[in-house]
Amino acid sequence: MTVEKDKIFDLIVETIKAFCIENDISIDLSEGRKTRLFGGGGPLDSISLVSLIVQIEETIENKTGKAIIIADEKAMSRKTSPFASVGLLTDYVLELLTEDEK
Amino acid sequence: MRNNQVLLITGTSRGIGKFLAEKYCEKGINVVGFSRSNATINSDYYTHVVGDILDEGSIKNCFGLIKQKFGQLDVLINNAGVASMNHTLLTPYKTLENIFKTNFYGSFIFSREAAKLMRKKNFGRIINFSTVAVPLNLEGEAVYASSKSAIETLTKIMAKELAPFGITVNCIGPSPIMTDLIKVVPKDKIDELINKQAVKRFAQPDDVYHVINFFIDEKSSLITGQTIYLAGIFK
Repeated sequence: MTVEKDKIFDLIVETIKAFCIENDISIDLSEGRKTRLFGGGGPLDSISLVSLIVQIEETIENKTGKAIIIADEKAMSRKTSPFASVGLLTDYVLELLTEDEK
Repeated sequence: MRNNQVLLITGTSRGIGKFLAEKYCEKGINVVGFSRSNATINSDYYTHVVGDILDEGSIKNCFGLIKQKFGQLDVLINNAGVASMNHTLLTPYKTLENIFKTNFYGSFIFSREAAKLMRKKNFGRIINFSTVAVPLNLEGEAVYASSKSAIETLTKIMAKELAPFGITVNCIGPSPIMTDLIKVVPKDKIDELINKQAVKRFAQPDDVYHVINFFIDEKSSLITGQTIYLAGIFK
């Protein structure tokens, strides 16, 4: 599970880096999992978040062969938004990927 | 439209969809067609995808093929649709479900997936299909017109949401054209409808083609969220 989690974390970080270059956005990833993304002073506005999520969905599908919808009702209704930080987003993506296996 | 661009049309096995696909192929534009039946168009510029608009997986497969073969999509024409005339009191749930799923869900899913591809080039044109039955509030078309009304609202909201990605979303509301879609409608109903138009004649597929050409023109970047009805019918 840890390896899987690390793999997903790496994929998300790679996608964020590529996204920042393509869109001329700066996200300081030095805080690792704690890096803020959206809300609470995070660097992304709502349109950038939409673009990033679409890009992460595409990366996950290309690398794992599994199609996931990250911004579903479940994500939106959580007390703690999965889009707040890289760590929370990683955990949420992992949850979606392992959902079918349960 | 430039020759290296890629255009996706749904419902290309017959009618307007087939006509449009053939027109754009003649212009040397890469056209991808999607329909339940096998290809009825023979052109080097035409790629056919057999799929079911009611099946999200089959729509996603279509986009997988576009990504693989062309790596881009410039224009989506959401042409596929079904019509049904019936009194509200006689309309079964199954009809309601089929019409909304084909017309509205289909347009939504195709547009969503198309926009994901289009945003990469910061350019895209999405064309939806409505009908003059919406502004005319035609009796007997409660479900069909409502599904198209939903498409008009979708057009306006998507236009706002997709504008930051350089994507325009517009809609055409054709007046009656002699296609399979309306051949089941009684003649007196069609005549009555034609009489409500400012220009009292059947539309031709070329009239639809003309409006679509305007919408997809690169210079039409400020034209978005609009519905154009043919034949002088107004809301």
